[in-house]
Amino acid sequence: MRLLMERFILLAAFALASLMTSATAQAPQPVNDRAILAERPPALLSEYRLFRDAGARSPNGRVTPYDLNTALYSDGALKFRYVYIPQGAQARYNAEGVFEFPVGTVLVKTFAFAADMRTPAENVRFIETRLLIRRAEGWVAYPYVWNEAQTEARYSPIGADVPVSFTDEDGDAIALDWAVPNRNQCKACHDRDGDLTPIGPSARNLLRDFAYPTGAENQIAHWNRAGILGSLPAREVLPVPRAYDPTSGSVNDRARAYLDVNCAHCHNPQGPGHTSGLDLSWSQTDPALWGVLKRPVAAGRASGGFEFAIEPGHPERSILVHRMQSTDPGVMMPELGRQLVDERGVELMREWIAAMDRDGRTPQ
Amino acid sequence: MRLIAAVAAATLIMAGAADARTWRIRPGPEAEQQLQTALIEARPGDTVQLGRGRIELTAGLSLDVDRVTIRGDGEDRSILSFNGQRRGAEGLLITSDDVTLRGFAVENARGDAIKARDCNGITIREVRVEWTRGPNPENGAYGLYPVNCDNVLIERSIARGASDAGIYVGQSRNIIVRDNLAEFNVAGIEIENSFNADVFGNTATRNTGGILVFDLPGLPQKGGHSVRVFRNTIVNNDTPNFAPAGNIVAGVPTGTGVLIMANRNVHVFENEIGDNGTVNVLISAYRNAFDDAEYNPLARDIVIRDNAFGNTGFAPAGDLAALAQLGVPIPDVLWDGATMYSVGGTPRMETVRIVVQDNTSTRTGQSSFLSLGMPVAGSPLTEAQPSPTPPPLLAVEEPDAVRIR
Repeated sequence: MRLLMERFILLAAFALASLMTSATAQAPQPVNDRAILAERPPALLSEYRLFRDAGARSPNGRVTPYDLNTALYSDGALKFRYVYIPQGAQARYNAEGVFEFPVGTVLVKTFAFAADMRTPAENVRFIETRLLIRRAEGWVAYPYVWNEAQTEARYSPIGADVPVSFTDEDGDAIALDWAVPNRNQCKACHDRDGDLTPIGPSARNLLRDFAYPTGAENQIAHWNRAGILGSLPAREVLPVPRAYDPTSGSVNDRARAYLDVNCAHCHNPQGPGHTSGLDLSWSQTDPALWGVLKRPVAAGRASGGFEFAIEPGHPERSILVHRMQSTDPGVMMPELGRQLVDERGVELMREWIAAMDRDGRTPQ
Repeated sequence: MRLIAAVAAATLIMAGAADARTWRIRPGPEAEQQLQTALIEARPGDTVQLGRGRIELTAGLSLDVDRVTIRGDGEDRSILSFNGQRRGAEGLLITSDDVTLRGFAVENARGDAIKARDCNGITIREVRVEWTRGPNPENGAYGLYPVNCDNVLIERSIARGASDAGIYVGQSRNIIVRDNLAEFNVAGIEIENSFNADVFGNTATRNTGGILVFDLPGLPQKGGHSVRVFRNTIVNNDTPNFAPAGNIVAGVPTGTGVLIMANRNVHVFENEIGDNGTVNVLISAYRNAFDDAEYNPLARDIVIRDNAFGNTGFAPAGDLAALAQLGVPIPDVLWDGATMYSVGGTPRMETVRIVVQDNTSTRTGQSSFLSLGMPVAGSPLTEAQPSPTPPPLLAVEEPDAVRIR
């Protein structure tokens, strides 16, 4: 709740900043569609005009902020997400996976840390902004890295190491080298049958309220009303629960939501992790494919000496938990995108596996 | 903030071929960035040339461009060193087609050394992958590791110290592994869940087990078949098993020459197989419980012929140690005798053809054979009813030689 409030204050601050900008500047120029569809990405993020200010705090017209129910763990970074869909075009609703977005769409995600993550609206430092752009031939991924002065973000196709320090939500001082992914590493997660693809914006994961400057509203209804999402089905899907929020679903559902977002981008039959035989997608109903009593194949020392990916009743002997708890590059899962352990995620997995019967089912 | 300078950092030299470039990377503080840049910016047809010396890497490298060659000045001269690796699950990851790797080494990767996933056409020639501290359970699992690939050629390469398999080809099709040296690994060479493999001219020595042909349940590709293992030298495999528990190779007895587990149509011929302390050739069903209705755990249509066997059975280890203690003599070729298995409680049985013929032995003149007489896959060894009578000789047609397209 406190987080939600702070989120709201943050957005209100953004809205205020944007009002001030528009009051002082002339009519702002729209988003630069030519830059979006140019063959080579511009060197600076500002050239897209996705934001009205140099610091990218204030989105331009048609650039809509959104949140997800359950998001990938990234060392606890704050994430600011926006979708831009060009004038006259619409995304198409899809009950199962990610929506179908039209050519010219940009999905924007900025990774940031507050100096003290207990007050996430204060002293926020942007680290990188990643763009996923829908081209006629498919999606492309462009990472932009912010300068120290927070005045510009520069295209960095081969990645970067950025030293980051902050105080975490428990009050501990954390220092790490944030790894901006290179182009191949982007695809290490965003890969379906060899094609780059978005992961987050599916109906299930978007189905929640967002505190817009105009007031709170369901995101999917808002997108539809704003004309960026086409017609909605008569019956909506059920939202995925918020993994860390016990009030939002059963342990089983929250654990499955967590695995879907944090693991299934690789561990699905079309993903980079398909050779393991695991399928951690939300839609997969066979516990054997989640790893229940499944022996390791190519894990090597990452098995930790344990026999099964998931041994029901025994989180302490389950390879899945062992690999989530590791920060050794030869052991850890996911392989990329974190340097810390997601303690809340590990706790959720422990709770789930401890309650599991031999068939991989847990009481609802 | 250390921003990695982009394309300009890598030296660009036009080579003879039209449009094909050679990216030259020399060891030095900029080499890591230059190398990963080259692997990202390369165009099909390009060559990435590694200079002499050690290039120190802190993160795993990856290549996703078709028809690129990465080559060095030789496995002893051009070395990619991962001693300081902090990121990435492997040393070098290839995910594109028609890639050639040649003449360099990958040392001390934190996970697998070189992995090629979902490739059509991967050639690895005169490459060395090694964990330089020798056998250690903290070493990475696989040395050379193509998985779900078509048209795999691995030749004149060296793999040392892998805590699973030095050369491991998994879930692939159309494979040649020839003239390599695999030593001080748990498994020297392993062909797993794969179709059509020729493994020949290799030396597998000082491993826990020399050459393994496995099929495992629960994977996207299973039903491994059509594997020929011939004219290899598979001797003195004596490194105590150092695989981390939980992995299937952790069950390989120290001192195993060839181990065939599950699979159909495997031909082992004209090899030199000796001084393997437990057994020269072991043929076994997959012994663990499984829940995969499409899986067949039996080793069937197996031919062991014209091999020259040396000493064996002098230091039986693992499960077979217990057998030896019961007074069962260890032969050159040991078969568990499995012809039946059950899936979800339903028994299945089939005619299993095991052909053992025309082998010689320096130990006993004529080579020896023993069936453990355990008709149900995975039976406990206490139920063994050993019998030296060889199974009836039934013809098993040999698969055609593998051709890489």
